[in-house]
Amino acid sequence: MSSLRFRSHPLSTAVAQRALLAGLPLPQGFEAALARSGLSPLHATGIEILQMNLGKKCNQTCRHCHVDAGPDRREVMPDEVLEACMNVLESTAIPTVDITGGAPELHPRFRDIVVRAHEMGRHIIDRCNLTILMVAAYEDLGEFLAAHQVEIVASLPAPNGRQTDAQRGDGVFERSIAALRRLNALGYGTRPGLQLNLVTNPVGAFLPANQPALETAWKLELQRRYEVEFNHLYTITNMPISRYLEYLVDSGNFEAYMERLVQAYNPAAAAGVMCRNTLSVGWDGTLYDCDFNQMLEMPVNHGAPRRIFDFDVAKLDTRQIEVGTHCFGCTAGAGSSCGGATVS
Amino acid sequence: MSDHYYDAKDLGRFAEMGEEAPELWQKFLAWYSAVFAAGALTEREKSLIALGVAHAVQCPYCIDAYSRDCLEKGSNAEQMTEAVHVAAAIRGGASLVHGVQMRNHVHKLSM
Repeated sequence: MSSLRFRSHPLSTAVAQRALLAGLPLPQGFEAALARSGLSPLHATGIEILQMNLGKKCNQTCRHCHVDAGPDRREVMPDEVLEACMNVLESTAIPTVDITGGAPELHPRFRDIVVRAHEMGRHIIDRCNLTILMVAAYEDLGEFLAAHQVEIVASLPAPNGRQTDAQRGDGVFERSIAALRRLNALGYGTRPGLQLNLVTNPVGAFLPANQPALETAWKLELQRRYEVEFNHLYTITNMPISRYLEYLVDSGNFEAYMERLVQAYNPAAAAGVMCRNTLSVGWDGTLYDCDFNQMLEMPVNHGAPRRIFDFDVAKLDTRQIEVGTHCFGCTAGAGSSCGGATVS
Repeated sequence: MSDHYYDAKDLGRFAEMGEEAPELWQKFLAWYSAVFAAGALTEREKSLIALGVAHAVQCPYCIDAYSRDCLEKGSNAEQMTEAVHVAAAIRGGASLVHGVQMRNHVHKLSM
């Protein structure tokens, strides 16, 4: 499979995706749902996480990808944007830097970012697809991440090959298990200070399972079958954006899935959405409330500066959040975020 | 009205059964929710049992609802297929074991 962009697919532009989402008749709109919950307008509560999207280049082309990332993408964060991000970290007390993509490790200055953030004493998260660790030029990446106490949040949709490969590509499960074993050998998931967390997206058009129950089941299963250990499992709801939106439309699940998300709206989940404590930086330096708004090209709004070069913590840390129909994905059931369920 | 006895959209109208007997419906809902809450069995185990029973009684509404529910409780096609086989084995076994009654009759009637 190639990216929507490469195929010039009708849904390859954010404009087309936003139009499709806006045109769907639903029992209630997201702003109305927030208002009924006493949360409108939604505001940030502070910037605890600076999430840097280093670009759309990836060594995989996952079916559900909201970034539309892949080997055929060329967007990579330029130096001036990267330096602006480092300046923001140096001039603020933002405790966590969350590095994502695509495959962020493919960025030529990925290690430089990690080294500098580590020297600043920040907590670093690497959103890792696992197979990158098995690519020849990146085989020492595990050691590098361990040396800098980077928290690895690794994608694994299921503890079996059939579902994992269906979502992420042929052979991905086998390479992922090999990567996990390599990380365990370095101390990840087994020694204090080397956090290895897994993130699972449902392999299809349904909501994630109960996070703690799934974590218990997966720990048993991965230990028993593959002798793999990890710290925590995060469940993430698939968002109706880019390739997952294509999947929903092509499989005839689009309307039913969106209705399911709306039906499962949970005010407690809405109160804990990640956009309230996260600021997302696009590869080109544009600022967003979250990675999903980034892919729908919905920058921060309501008077907040739109570029990293104009960063102003006073105008950003309690900014009004830009919302849309896709936000029902983060507020369904137990909620969803880059850190998993938002309601315990 | 549909040309078919079953219409997939009718599953979403289940709550209409409460219109003429609201008190009974509320009691049913309360009991149903309690049945499927985690207890000695996990929610996933109960959902798989429900899926098996749905196939045993051949209820298309339950098969629809519990196929989705099993997935949302963290199950997968492999586990769910085994659950259907359990239902089939019990149904088939129930027929087969009644064959002992057939044998009783044959013995009584035969020289």
